[in-house]
Amino acid sequence: MNQVRTVAKAIERFSRKAVKAMTICELAKELDLSVLTDKNYDDREIKGCFVGDLLSWVMSRAEQDSAWITIMNNINIVAVAALVDMACIILAEGVDVTEDVIKKAESQGIIILSTKKTCYETAVAFHKATGI
Amino acid sequence: MIYYDFHIHSALSPCSDKDMTPNNIVNMAQIIGLDAIAITDHNSIGNVRAAMKIGDAVGVKVVPGMEIETAEEIHVIALFNTIEAAEEAAKEVYRALPNIKNRTEIFGNQLLMDEDDNIVGEEEKLLVSPTNLSIEKLLELVKSVGGLFYPAHVDRHSYSILTNLGFIPEELKIDGIEISKKVEDIQAYLDNRPDLKGYRVLRNSDAHYLADIAEKDAFLTENSIDELFNRRV
Repeated sequence: MNQVRTVAKAIERFSRKAVKAMTICELAKELDLSVLTDKNYDDREIKGCFVGDLLSWVMSRAEQDSAWITIMNNINIVAVAALVDMACIILAEGVDVTEDVIKKAESQGIIILSTKKTCYETAVAFHKATGI
Repeated sequence: MIYYDFHIHSALSPCSDKDMTPNNIVNMAQIIGLDAIAITDHNSIGNVRAAMKIGDAVGVKVVPGMEIETAEEIHVIALFNTIEAAEEAAKEVYRALPNIKNRTEIFGNQLLMDEDDNIVGEEEKLLVSPTNLSIEKLLELVKSVGGLFYPAHVDRHSYSILTNLGFIPEELKIDGIEISKKVEDIQAYLDNRPDLKGYRVLRNSDAHYLADIAEKDAFLTENSIDELFNRRV
């Protein structure tokens, strides 16, 4: 019995790896992301991460304060990020985004970041940096 | 009043039945009593001219059409009021398709036919791929030749604007939406989706087999197809 308890404790300790609270600004620096929207944004803490491109899916499953990694560049990403109140959008694979999308994001206070990395690589780097 | 079915695949669409020849489709529509149909193959209008000739002969209006796939993998039904307009758009759509060769053993044949149902060729480029045109760019293209633009089967889980974009961007000036026949109670469906209020709704068959072509059921209130094009958004 004692042995079981010891193992359980060890597992618990192992799985409780430190989560490093990070803000958008710190993440952008750590992951070498470029900021596509206004560079003077209100920095906020990121508490999770969601990866997905089907907006109906993202809308119903992503969580507040997450960083959202996607390759979808349609203007609706701004509305989805605002609706869920995600911390920021990270456009992966260097996908292009039109001026309309940037303008709309700025008008709604949504921060769009960009990276040449794939969604997978970005998510891995995110995990390494934050522990989330 | 026009009874219609504006979403029918001919044997040019690899996923379609070989019996979907121009004559079989148009004559079936005539037997059913449809006034107007559109042959809407994936990203191509290769069999439209043949079907139009047959339509003229048997008294079914064949509207030039195409089911185009956007970069966001959304299917759109585009209708054109002349074959020339359709050809202009189709040329751009073809150019926007990736250069992937069709593998008939996987996808099926892409048959080009004449008005006597003779096979006159086979499209080598795989037609069932997304173009590199965003939905906004595609809308611009279709509108530039005076065409009509209807996101297809919006109720479905794949290749649907509602699935892929969550909702219809308000900036997108579309002529209406297609709701598939899978939705039986259209009123209940629309009551659940107040965001779709105000859009014209098309009920097409998306037939890949002759037996699936729409019954004489859905109709337009217009008196002619010209009137439909004159009302475009």
